Amino acid sequence: MTTVVTDLKSPEKAALRNQFGDTLAELGHTVKDLVVLDADLSCSTQTARFAKVHPERFFNQGIAEMDLVNTAAGLAAVGKIPVISTFALFASGKAWEAVRNTVCYSNLNVKIMPTHSGLSLGEDGASHQSIEDIALMRVIPNMTVVVPADAVETEHAVRWAIQDHVGPCYVRLVRPACPVIFDKDKYQWTPGAMPVVREGKDITLVGTGETVYHALRAAEELSEKHGIEADVLNAVFIKPMATDTLVASAQKTGKVITIESHQAIAGLGGAVCEVLSEHHPVPVKRLGTQDRFGQSGKGDELFKEYGIHWENIVNAVKAFVG
Amino acid sequence: MSILAGNPVVDSDMSMNDYLPYQQMAAKLRGVALEMIYDCQSGHPGTSFSCMDILVALWAKHMRHKPEQPDWAGRDRFVMSKGHGAPALYAVLMEMGYIPWDEKLTLRKINSNLQGHPASKYINGVDVSTGSLGQGLSCAVGMALGLRLDNSDARVYALMGDGECQEGNIWEAAMSAPHHKLSRLTAIVDRNNLQIDGDTEKVKAVGDIGEKFAAFGWHVLHANGHNFEELLQALNEADSLANSGEKPTVIVADCTKGKGVSFMENVAGWHGKAPNDEQYADAKKELDATYNELMGK
Repeated sequence: MTTVVTDLKSPEKAALRNQFGDTLAELGHTVKDLVVLDADLSCSTQTARFAKVHPERFFNQGIAEMDLVNTAAGLAAVGKIPVISTFALFASGKAWEAVRNTVCYSNLNVKIMPTHSGLSLGEDGASHQSIEDIALMRVIPNMTVVVPADAVETEHAVRWAIQDHVGPCYVRLVRPACPVIFDKDKYQWTPGAMPVVREGKDITLVGTGETVYHALRAAEELSEKHGIEADVLNAVFIKPMATDTLVASAQKTGKVITIESHQAIAGLGGAVCEVLSEHHPVPVKRLGTQDRFGQSGKGDELFKEYGIHWENIVNAVKAFVG
Repeated sequence: MSILAGNPVVDSDMSMNDYLPYQQMAAKLRGVALEMIYDCQSGHPGTSFSCMDILVALWAKHMRHKPEQPDWAGRDRFVMSKGHGAPALYAVLMEMGYIPWDEKLTLRKINSNLQGHPASKYINGVDVSTGSLGQGLSCAVGMALGLRLDNSDARVYALMGDGECQEGNIWEAAMSAPHHKLSRLTAIVDRNNLQIDGDTEKVKAVGDIGEKFAAFGWHVLHANGHNFEELLQALNEADSLANSGEKPTVIVADCTKGKGVSFMENVAGWHGKAPNDEQYADAKKELDATYNELMGK
């Protein structure tokens, strides 16, 4: 079991995108083929941190996402390791066909690492909130989809995708500072795993990215106040999905809830249902946006409004288990 | 004739007779492309014939590459942005030695390396899969950026259709290349004035492509896309410009859709249609006659 920090009620916070930018800048010193491209959002995505140290290997493609993705494909075709970043909606949505037809069909070593995914982007509203990107990326052959839960895991995910993994990879990052849930010194990165971050027998909670914290916080509350013990899984790898871990947990608890800052359709919830329906069918409840666009607001308010905050999870579990 | 002939020096002393081998090769390869399309009853003859001379000029003369070492790092790169010209590219790559001749009649058939549109997974000489129009110029920009980081003197070529220039991504890339000062990138537009639905100027006017690229900051050259002297001179001039400046070059090649088969020429309907038995016999006869004449038979 992966160790998580003890204080979930008032956790330290760190921004995934800052960690992303710092890790890129650091890797730039040793990975000489690393190049980074952005589409006029380098100060938001924090690729500017790489650009500052390695200006000759940073390319701003301007506000042109298809160009961004296809140029990265060309760089990969001559042996570079391109990382591209912009907001998740534009990388996965506006440029989807380039990701599909150029990067993935040619199986090129392009790393798509957008920030500002999901509802927590907040005030900019639905036009900028990607609630479909997990679905859009995982459906493409050859694509690997990684969603780190905190800044500690982000560093490992970014390093692994660039240094060890070969082929197209989507690493989904977010805008706000997020609770740090892993102990930096004890964290173990296992490619393809769905780490168990809390053990319980009554229900399985599967989170991905930011919602792993909310699942853990809900599990703590359920244990302390309601006598319900939840197994909590961290779906850091959406694709490939660790079937064995998921099935083992479902066999133990018999009930599964998925939580994601994304449409409940075709994202984490969809992927979990695909696995369980084939290997071990159990009742599943999918928390996420319920076929509804996001809106402007604070991240926390939006998580509550769309039913993926830890308080919502507690209520959902009580209704499901009770 | 060496297929490693790629020569950055301007061939000012080439005589008309020196272009004959390329004319012969193009005539032969038009027949090959047609046979491939006829055999599987699917593919794009009009577009393949339109760009055949450009491909021969690049692969048989101008580009530096080594078929026996397809992954040679110093090779010039080529992106077939107009991927539906695949039969022409495959015919050229067979002639160059990248694709075995015995795969010729596997085009568009199940489990073939010769996919309907070029797939990098299956073919040496194809670095990026294409087929979805508009993607290739950006890919070429990326290649040129990467090669420059490696201090390589390799050149990058992208072949686009004129209808393809209706794609927004072409103009995103057209803005990128001069911004990044990619002088070793040369784009070639197959300007045949036709697309699937008809006249490019009626479907959605492409207008003066050269003027548009010039406005984006490119050197613009013009050539008859079926005249090897003009094509090779333009390619050499692009090299000279690359050595003396920072701008990328576009060659607007005036072409005839269906070039070489009179009943296919300038007919949009032959963009993506295979000939029937009778049409094939007629087309083959005409292509054979051209080839034999060029061979002095």
